[in-house]
Amino acid sequence: MQKEEIIQKVNEFLIDEFELENHQVKPEALLKDDLEIESLDFVDIAVAIEKEFGFKVVGEEMVDVRTLDNLYEYIHKKVAQK
Amino acid sequence: MKRVVITGIGIYSVLGKNFESVNNSLYYGKSGIGFDPVRKELGFRSGLTGIIERPILKGILPRRLRVGLAEQGEYAYVSTIEALKYAGIDEEYFLKNEAGILFGNDSSSIPVIEAVDGMREKRDTTLLGSGSIFQSMNSTVTMNLSVIFKLRGINMTISAACASGAHAIGLGYNFIRYGMQRMIICGGAQEVNAYSMGSFDGLSAFSIREDEPEKASRPFDADRDGLVPSGGAATVILEEYESAKKRGAPVLAEVIGYGFSSDGNHISVPNQEGPTRAMQMAIKNAKINTSEVDYINPHATSTPVGDANEAQTLHKIFGNNKKLMISATKSMTGHEMWMGGASEIIYSILMMKNDFVAPSLNFETPDEYSEKLNITKKTVDAKIDTVISNSFGFGGTNSTLIIRKI
Repeated sequence: MQKEEIIQKVNEFLIDEFELENHQVKPEALLKDDLEIESLDFVDIAVAIEKEFGFKVVGEEMVDVRTLDNLYEYIHKKVAQK
Repeated sequence: MKRVVITGIGIYSVLGKNFESVNNSLYYGKSGIGFDPVRKELGFRSGLTGIIERPILKGILPRRLRVGLAEQGEYAYVSTIEALKYAGIDEEYFLKNEAGILFGNDSSSIPVIEAVDGMREKRDTTLLGSGSIFQSMNSTVTMNLSVIFKLRGINMTISAACASGAHAIGLGYNFIRYGMQRMIICGGAQEVNAYSMGSFDGLSAFSIREDEPEKASRPFDADRDGLVPSGGAATVILEEYESAKKRGAPVLAEVIGYGFSSDGNHISVPNQEGPTRAMQMAIKNAKINTSEVDYINPHATSTPVGDANEAQTLHKIFGNNKKLMISATKSMTGHEMWMGGASEIIYSILMMKNDFVAPSLNFETPDEYSEKLNITKKTVDAKIDTVISNSFGFGGTNSTLIIRKI
């Protein structure tokens, strides 16, 4: 899966499910500080990732995911490993 | 002792999505009961139910505040918004003043079922989502609404079967009466879905008059054959009288009495002695005479034994009160169960405010007990000042509330 496709799917999910505005969804956006995504929300992001990309999120691996770009990259890497 | 008044009402029921439309349904005797084919597919004995639409809260309530709300919590959010608006309370008020929340709720089936299905299918609890736990618990309504409205007072749910909503108001009344709280958002909430009602249907307690849904709920009628499950949510704002006066709040009614009891007998078959004690306690607590009561909103669910027992009890206690009118709003709503005690206080307030008594639909042929009561078959235009509302539940839990026009 190309990174562009991952970006598109993640963005669509964030806009639809997390009710974010288009302009908020940019690679450098900080998940917690800019997008106000809190720890409980990560549970729902893990559910969405499993559904969309077919792999199980391991909490420890998400520690370094701070920006939206980190999230795209994390998913890209995991999908490539499949 | 402090005086306790109701300064706001909000309702989301099978009779309407706000108190104005509910008032209209009550006045014109419009039934909210219908037939749900899904129940028959699931093997229900009766496909009858109250018919209600879920509110769409996306775009109204932020996601984080929304995902923990189960179906009945959504209804309760809408009814609470309406009640707060009526009472003239905004978000700012709760930042400056301590207020509590007590709701009656006794199940939250769908989130529990979905979580179990999810575990069995995925074998991974992290895939159940973040809202599941907050939707699943019995206290789902109060835990969510207290966060949504930033409430800082008493915060709990009362689970007392079909008397849950009534006990929530009764307990709220006492917290304020004893000076422990100045304002409490009270109410009841009830999910309306097939899965939550299967085991109740299995007891053959529901009416099977499926060809005539609007005639199925017929409290006190000789041809009644069971109750019709229903639901929604109802909210009343209980407030200490002086405090309400000071802030210029609209005072709808005063809560003057609360009585309770437990039958101490059978889990599902009611007796007469338990409800009698609850009513007598409420009358004593209100310091009124039985002759002062203008209207009774009975528990009257349309079951053969329950209605017969309540009719006899009402006759014994109020037999000498010739002006007393009795009308069972469950004839229109069906049995709103966990919510019923709260919604019926609102139905009573609407009648009190707008000078009428709603018709007790389908009361066509009295039986040997109900023939002794003055049950209103048609809408009666009349001023009513003092009202009693009864709610009884499984396990023999009984509640009687008394309100008065102020």
